[in-house]
Amino acid sequence: MSRFRVAVHITPRRGILDPQGKTVAGALHTLGFAGVQDVHVGRYVVVELDANDKAAAEKSTREMCERLLANPVIEDFEIESGEAI
Amino acid sequence: MKFGIVTFPASNCDYDAYQAVVETLGEEAVFLWHKDHDLQNSDVIVLPGGFSYGDYLRAGAIARFSPVMQDVIEFAKHGGPVLAICNGFQIACEAGLLPGALMRNMSLKFVCEVVRLRVETTDTMFSNRYAAGAELRIPIAHGEGRYTADAETVDRLEGEGRVVFRYIGGPADADEWWSPNGSTRAIAGIVNEAGNVLGMMPHPERAVDPLLGSADGLAVFESLLARVAV
Repeated sequence: MSRFRVAVHITPRRGILDPQGKTVAGALHTLGFAGVQDVHVGRYVVVELDANDKAAAEKSTREMCERLLANPVIEDFEIESGEAI
Repeated sequence: MKFGIVTFPASNCDYDAYQAVVETLGEEAVFLWHKDHDLQNSDVIVLPGGFSYGDYLRAGAIARFSPVMQDVIEFAKHGGPVLAICNGFQIACEAGLLPGALMRNMSLKFVCEVVRLRVETTDTMFSNRYAAGAELRIPIAHGEGRYTADAETVDRLEGEGRVVFRYIGGPADADEWWSPNGSTRAIAGIVNEAGNVLGMMPHPERAVDPLLGSADGLAVFESLLARVAV
């Protein structure tokens, strides 16, 4: 067993209205960032866990996302590559 | 009839539900602690409003895994009536008892006000004491109440007559589906396929007496009383 750190990005599912992202995009336009087309605000979750190897740590984290960390009805998630710590 | 009202950490409408059942309806109610695996032979389970587990991660996401919820899910699967109000609705969706999810209000603001609802069907165990199409005044108090589901699910809910309450009203220039939180097709309350789980964002337990400003929510409890065999 080694210890790994696996990070997860959780964002509103594409196509689902994200008023928070829209509001931030509006504020960025106000600041003069005219090129901003869209903004999505989500969550960044860092899990530190013990696992046999990196693949097992990532697999376990994926299961955590499916069962708790993300809601598949409204959110997408993406797992960053895990790293030994 | 015995109502079992679940108390999660940071539930804050459990006592309102208790008062509505005991003082106004004149029936029995017990509190069910979230850590227990005991529904105390309740005939109806109430998942009350509040901010269970601080709304951490997503509203209702953690509460659905609390010990008592495993028993509530079993109870519901066997046809037991579950009245899921506000945070209870969020928990019921997270638990898979109801389709869809409750997202952040469109306005990004917490909305606390009396809203108008229309009774869309009286053919449920939660709404049989209303007149068809009745317009109600019932309070809401939530930050995450925007009912969201994919188009197929919403069409199915509509087609099967499972939208029980819909928001109405709004400003003069409001469109057909106006709602105080941006809900898909102004949906305020739905039942599951079997019809024994109702989820609604408005608080019927806070509208059971004219002294509270409205008694329009009482018929939800009276409907259960009329329909559920004890």
